[in-house]
Order: sequence, then structure tokens, then C-alpha cells
Amino acid sequence: MYRSHVLVCGGTGCTSSGSQQIMETLKVEIEKAGLQDEVSVVQTGCHGLCALGPIMIVYPDASFYSMVKVEDIPEIVQEHLLKGRVVTRLLYDETVTPSGVKALIDTDFYKKQHRIALRNCGIINPEVIDEYIGTGGYEALGKVLTEMTPDDVIQCLLDSGLRGRGGAGFPTGLKWKFAKQNDADQKYVCCNADEGDPGAFMDRSVLEGDPHAVLEAMAIAGYAIGATQGYIYVRAEYPIAVQRLKIAIDQAREYGLLGKDIFGTGFDFDIDIRLGAGAFVCGEETALMTSIESNRGEPRPRPPFPAVKGLFGKPTILNNVETYANIPQIILNGAEWFASMGTEKSKGTKVFALGGKINNTGLVEIPMGTTLREVIEEIGGGIPGGKKFKAAQTGGPSGGCIPAEHFDIPIDYDNLLSIGSMMGSGGLIVMDETDCMVDIAKFFLEFTVEESCGKCTPCRIGTRRMLEILTKITKGQATMEDLDKLEELCYYIKDNSLCGLGQTAPNPVLSTLRFFRDEYEAHIKEKRCPAGVCKALLSYHIDPDKCKGCTLCARNCPNNAIIGSVKNPHIIDADKCIKCGACMEKCKFGAIYKQ
Amino acid sequence: MKSLEELRAIRERVQNQVSMRAEDHAHTRVVVGMATCGIASGARPVLTALSNLVQEKKLTNRVAVTQTGCIGLCQYEPIVEVMEPGKPKITYIKMNPEKAAEVVERHLIGGHIVEEYTLNSADIK
Repeated sequence: MYRSHVLVCGGTGCTSSGSQQIMETLKVEIEKAGLQDEVSVVQTGCHGLCALGPIMIVYPDASFYSMVKVEDIPEIVQEHLLKGRVVTRLLYDETVTPSGVKALIDTDFYKKQHRIALRNCGIINPEVIDEYIGTGGYEALGKVLTEMTPDDVIQCLLDSGLRGRGGAGFPTGLKWKFAKQNDADQKYVCCNADEGDPGAFMDRSVLEGDPHAVLEAMAIAGYAIGATQGYIYVRAEYPIAVQRLKIAIDQAREYGLLGKDIFGTGFDFDIDIRLGAGAFVCGEETALMTSIESNRGEPRPRPPFPAVKGLFGKPTILNNVETYANIPQIILNGAEWFASMGTEKSKGTKVFALGGKINNTGLVEIPMGTTLREVIEEIGGGIPGGKKFKAAQTGGPSGGCIPAEHFDIPIDYDNLLSIGSMMGSGGLIVMDETDCMVDIAKFFLEFTVEESCGKCTPCRIGTRRMLEILTKITKGQATMEDLDKLEELCYYIKDNSLCGLGQTAPNPVLSTLRFFRDEYEAHIKEKRCPAGVCKALLSYHIDPDKCKGCTLCARNCPNNAIIGSVKNPHIIDADKCIKCGACMEKCKFGAIYKQ
Repeated sequence: MKSLEELRAIRERVQNQVSMRAEDHAHTRVVVGMATCGIASGARPVLTALSNLVQEKKLTNRVAVTQTGCIGLCQYEPIVEVMEPGKPKITYIKMNPEKAAEVVERHLIGGHIVEEYTLNSADIK
């Protein structure tokens, strides 16, 4: 038995900032101090505060060390683990107060969060099935198999109000009900782990931090709809997630929690992994199934819906990773418990990946109905550099922007739709006054043009035409007619595309047009980019009154575009200037400006 | 594994260890002085004994055993402090693993302070 557990984050974020070396050093130092039988080192999944990685927590006193370096380890082991003196200077600043160390759950980042899907992430070692069982794991599967009928399970999910966390928000219970109603000799349970939205990484974190929760929920789904085989379709770009899934599946099989005759109830269920090759469209349900069937990942028209004819032509359900991660908890705690959280039509919690211009980049799980202001200002710690909030982008290339005027909107499926965005899988990218909304729309369009599978014309050609118009706008070559044409194209593509990718591709443009039309017009009419982002519309100048002739700018210009002699005002040669902004950054007198 | 009972047996076994990784304001904190003076007079076996007992007796959901540095009463080491929410701090002095077991049994489980080991009962001049 160990008296202390040292948890080191092994999520992708912390791994890339060196948590593996930290764990190695920690083990060596602990052994040196002779503490190996008293202190255990546990690799966990993501804690959420990715901006502060590598993260290390010492229990039972729950000291939270952030941005740990290998050099700090001997001190932490000697002082804290051996002598019990917390190394305060290495703790996460937020937890250090004049009156002592504050509990992590009281920090701004954690206090408004409510972790259901992420409840084990950062707490257990995902590679040890016993730890999952120790937190009540596989108890829900046991309960379902021994005490509930498939209809009970589906009713429980219907009552809980759980909706698909992949973004569209379809009621999960309803999906299962349809699949159950269709008789077939074989049915399938699939898990969509082909997380592709730029900036979204909650599915990856669940798979890395708590893979068994997904396996357990899939087995529950299999029992509910009458399937014996499951597939997890996961991106090959998530090597840690794939690795931990494989370990989890092997351990579950070894314990008989997957395979034949689970818990002696006669129920068989097994799961296999299929790796996605990196196509965004394969996150679309029909394309995903086509890809599992080892065909080229292209969508097909619906109906028939997967619940009728899905994988290999059999009734199939496909749910997102985060949706599954909620299910064991709903079964154990009851539908009322889950339905007591959230808003009227959106129950429970949602995980968001905070990114962009925000201090606490990372992963948060909040009850539905939390306002955007709370998420950004309190949990996210606000915008760096005291800049002004301009908009938040949700739903990735399928979603839209939430402008400052809707800063107090409670986040749920219906509210976001009503203002032209969508929940999406949970990427939340914060933008400040230095972001150009036309440029953002163009970025997402570049993504969809690249990722369009090419099967249907509106998406393949339409999105490319849209991108061309957007490029013209950012170069200051567009007319107001182009803008009208762009808008018309948006509606046409929305109505006529085959799958979700095309149907939602115009959303970033429509939503920025709705809230930031003035920025589009400034690009077109005044040939000006208000945020100072679009290079073609910018020029750098030197204010001769402020310039002291120090030559610093000229020496830093990568293209020798600045002319001038010592102690005389310099000038920028507009023909040579590549608008990199290096001079403006270097100038000590604020003499350089862009317009 | 073929039965729910086997699953629950694993859960029983691991739960007490995993539940150490929780933060709860209602936790009773048992703090062992582990500065040089504490270690020299035998605080380490006391710490491990307390930690093991709390896990064995399934108290991890309400009791956290941690260390601290020098409390300042070096001649009374090993010192163990018990801080229950909303109650005055109790300081046990000159502890050893056997006395620690008694504290777990009588104080942490039974709810009665083991008066004879406390600082108050010591004859301090």
C-alpha cells in the first residue's frame, strides 16, 4: 500500500511538453530517496489545464505542480515526498494564497466545472483496468445485464435527455430505440472517434484518460440494441489514444468484460479498432461506415438511416466518444440525476476545448447553460494582453461565431443554433480585436475545400467558388456584387449538398456575415482590413516625427526594405516590404504603424 | 471474471487507494511531522502505519494522511496532528506505529481523543 500517489499527466499536451521524462526522473529520484514502497507514480490522462503542462499532482494533499521541469524533480522528491514540505514556488500560482494553499477545486478554472465525461481523466491510470473498476467501472454494465431489460436501458437514456455530443445533438435514446426496433441477424455498435474539427481534442482526451468508459458504454449499447460487435473508428493521428484503447480492449477481454458470456449472462460483445487515415469527411456517419467497410470514405444519401441500414447493410448505431463516456454514469446514477443538470432541452454537461486567444488553453467540462462569459472570463482566465473579446468560434468548420453582443448567452444546443452557430464537437476558439473575421471565414473554407470528398458537386465546386470570392475580398479586389453572390452560394450549398460536411460548410461565412458584415464591407468598399490582418490591404509606415534613426528596424528587416541613415528618419520601401511586422515589433519608439 | 461478485471484489480492493485522489473539504487531515527531527525520531514508520491503516480500514474517503515539516516541538517528535473540520486541532506526541494504530482505532474510527498521547496531557513547563 502506498501512502502517497504522484499523478503525472500523460495526455498528448503534457507528453509533448516532456511528461514522459519527468515520470522517468521521478521514479529514479524516488528510488534514490528509498521511497519506492511508500510513494507510487501514476500516469494519468488529461487534467484540462494543458496550458500549464507538464502537470503533476501529489495526493493525498492534492498539491498541484504546473510546468514541471526535470530539474525540479529532485527538489520535489526530497522536500515534498520525503520531508512533507510542499515546494510552493513550483505550485500552480492560482492555488497559492497568502493564507496557504488553496484546493484545486476552488480555483477559477475548476470551480465552475462539473466533470462527468472527464470524471476519471487525470485521476486514474488509463492503462490499468483495476483503477477504472476501483472508481465504479463496469458496474453499470453489470447492472444493465443483470437488472435491466434492453427497453429499460433505452428508456433510461430517453428520460435522461442525453443528446449526441458529436455536435448535431440528436437524442441518443431515440437513436438506440430505432436501431433496436429493426430486426436483423446482426447489428453493430460504432464509436466515432474521428475527431477532426480544428482545435477540438476532447474525444482524444477521453480516450487517453478513460478508455474503459467508452468500452463499457459500447457494451451497454450492444445489449440495448441487440448487437454483438462494436467498432471504434479512431484517427491514426492519435497514437496515444489508439495505444491506450488497444491496452484497454486487451485487459477487458482478459477479465471477460468483453467477449463471450459476459458476467455469465449469455451476452456476447466484442470491440475492434479501425484507424482513420485522416480524412475529415470520415467523421460523417455514412462516410465513416463506408470507410470501416474498407471502401473509399465517401458519404451516401440518407435515408436509409444507419439505424435501418448501416454498417455492412445492417442496423447500426454510431455515437461520439463523449456521448459514450456519459452513459455508464447515467445508468448508475439514474436518468433524473443527469436530467437535473443543464437547461430545458440540453441536459448534462459538455466538454469544450478552449483555444485561441485565451489564457487557460485546455479542456473544460461545464454544465449546459453556463454562459460564454463564465467560460471565457472565469474558467478560461480571460484574454491575454488585456485585449478586447471579439468573438468565439464554436463547431469548427461547421459552426459559426458568437460575437461579443451574445457574450451572456447560456451555452446549449438550441441557443447556439438560434444565433447561427452550433455546439459542434466542442472546439471553442476565442478571438480578440486583432483577428479579422473575413480571414477566419477564409481559413475554415480553405479547410473544407481541402477536405471535401468530391462526391457531390455543390460541395466540391461550390466551396471552391466561395473560397475564391473570399480570397478576392481579402485582397481588396472584390465588389459588392461578389458579396451578394457569396451569400447566394452559401444557401445553395447548404440546401443541395449530400452530407453534413457540405451542408454546414457555408456556416462560418454566413455567421460572420451576420455579425460582422461591416468588416466584409470595409474590405470591399474601403479596401481596408479593420483588424490589420489581411496583408494585401496593409501597408507599414514610419512616423518621421517619432523616428530617432536608431537603425534597429532596418537591421531587423528580413528583406532590406527599410532605407535610412543613422539619426535620420527612416522610410519603408513599399515595393520591397513583405509586411511581416518585424520592424513594428522591434521599434522602441512606437514610430512604426500599419494602416 | 465470470461474475459481478468478482468485479466488486476488485473494486473493494482498489477503491480505497483510488479514492485517495480526491479533494474534499470534509476530509479529516492527519498530518505527520516529517522534518529531520521527525524522521530522526522515527516519524516514517508512523506515517506509513497511519497511511496503511487508513486504507485498510477504508477511511480514505474521509481521512487524508499527509506529512508536514518541522512543527517546532522537536523534543516531542514524532508528532501527529489530527485536524477534523470544525473541531480544534489535536496534537499527539512521541508517537510510534502502535500508538498510531490506537489513534486510528479510537480517534479516527471511534471519535474519542486518545487523551494520554496528546500534547495537552504532557507535562510541559
